[in-house]
Amino acid sequence: MFVFESGNVAAATGVKLARVQVIAAYPITPQTPLTEKLSEYVDSGVFDAEYVAVESEHSALAVCIGALSAGARAFTATSANGLLYMVEQVHWTAGARLPMVMCVVNRAVGAPFNIWNDHQDSISQRDAGWIQIYAKDHQEILDSVIKAYRLAEEVCIPVMVCYDGYYLSHTYMPFDIPDQSAVDAFLPPYTYRHTLGPANPTSLNTVTLPGGRPDIHGDFAPGYMELRQCLHEEMKQAIEVYQRIDGEFAALIGRGGNPIAERYRCDDAEYVAVALGSMANQIRDVVDRLREEGMKAGLLALSLYRPFPSEFVAAELGGRKGVIVFEKAISFGHSGALYADLQAALYPCASRPLMWNYILGLGGRSYQSDDFYDAIRQSVERRPASGDNLGWIGLNR
Amino acid sequence: MSDEKFRVLTSDSYAGPGDAGRTGSWRVLRPVIDYEKCAPAKAGKPACFLCWLYCPDSVVSKTIRPEINLEYCKGCGICAEECPSKAITMVEESSFAEGDDQ
Repeated sequence: MFVFESGNVAAATGVKLARVQVIAAYPITPQTPLTEKLSEYVDSGVFDAEYVAVESEHSALAVCIGALSAGARAFTATSANGLLYMVEQVHWTAGARLPMVMCVVNRAVGAPFNIWNDHQDSISQRDAGWIQIYAKDHQEILDSVIKAYRLAEEVCIPVMVCYDGYYLSHTYMPFDIPDQSAVDAFLPPYTYRHTLGPANPTSLNTVTLPGGRPDIHGDFAPGYMELRQCLHEEMKQAIEVYQRIDGEFAALIGRGGNPIAERYRCDDAEYVAVALGSMANQIRDVVDRLREEGMKAGLLALSLYRPFPSEFVAAELGGRKGVIVFEKAISFGHSGALYADLQAALYPCASRPLMWNYILGLGGRSYQSDDFYDAIRQSVERRPASGDNLGWIGLNR
Repeated sequence: MSDEKFRVLTSDSYAGPGDAGRTGSWRVLRPVIDYEKCAPAKAGKPACFLCWLYCPDSVVSKTIRPEINLEYCKGCGICAEECPSKAITMVEESSFAEGDDQ
């Protein structure tokens, strides 16, 4: 069934279809309409879930950690400083291997106070041990939420579904709502292998010593470092799992096929733009324009940011003439985070492309299709010889 | 739905002595039981056992002559505090010879 609704409603619809059992959230712009919609669904009785109104984001995720540990499927959502207030629990969720799904409605981080969009909030949590998926339209938001539960529960790693504040959260777009029966066939009820209950009294994540130890049964109980190494290895394996899950979703619901990234006119492209989130929608048009003018341009719209698909990226971008990376976040004192990740992934390639990095849209600074066009044109025509090839789009306007 | 190739290591521990490692090395004060005062030891039958009940590390045995497993006892002193017969004294670890853990 097609509807015409906002991105926040697309996310709420995905949560409802996933039959989430516990929702704990604290409203923050631009996530607020998402939690309001969920609260409305629960209040009106169309959605059988427990809605816990909490006093902070830290408590919101703490409630979800409790719910997941006791065997209930849980959801929360936040933005910007709300996410940062939650950070201790964000890292905890990953270390505890709880299959949480959270929407991050991307917004600039203060100070100074700013409610508009960029990616600094979720990018700052890049190394928290969560899987990160970036959606670029409403359909992807809804589908990603449902797929995220399947993925999280299969690999026992939490998933952030990130989408741009305002550009997606508050704009209206048509999207298809799949049948509940199809979603039920795709996403079985939640069972967790470490479920806490009176029959199995357990202390979860208490002091874990630097070394391993024999547990009370005499078996080797892993120390802190084994847990970290396991999370890393299994996060990497999640790339393959996500591809399989996406295939199953496509078979049942009829959409998907680009779980890692959308490749737009990439096949014979010499210059490829890379971006996360809704920027990709504008860059597609720019690629068309550049193609009309004779430049072999393409777009790699990355969806899966963590685990970072290094092999995919190397196969896709190695051997191109140039890669232009557009980012709405920065690792201060270095470069865009995605740019640095791409450079690392491309270093082993026999033929490395030239690379340029552009920072734009911070704190909601406007950008137009022409900005992407100009940046790509200028990069290609004025190849910088120096290492400092970071450009800022839209400063002083 | 879990896939067997995923080990999903988590740090879970179960009720029992020593599931947080060999914590006896943390001890500064050692509980020493005076069996002349200890109720079950004196009566020769099951009685009291408050030390067993209160020990947060489950290192006191529920036996006639309760024994403390010093490999894991952190020396918190709760047993000494709870003992109604004042049979448990907390003694400085430094007063025992090295290697003497009984």
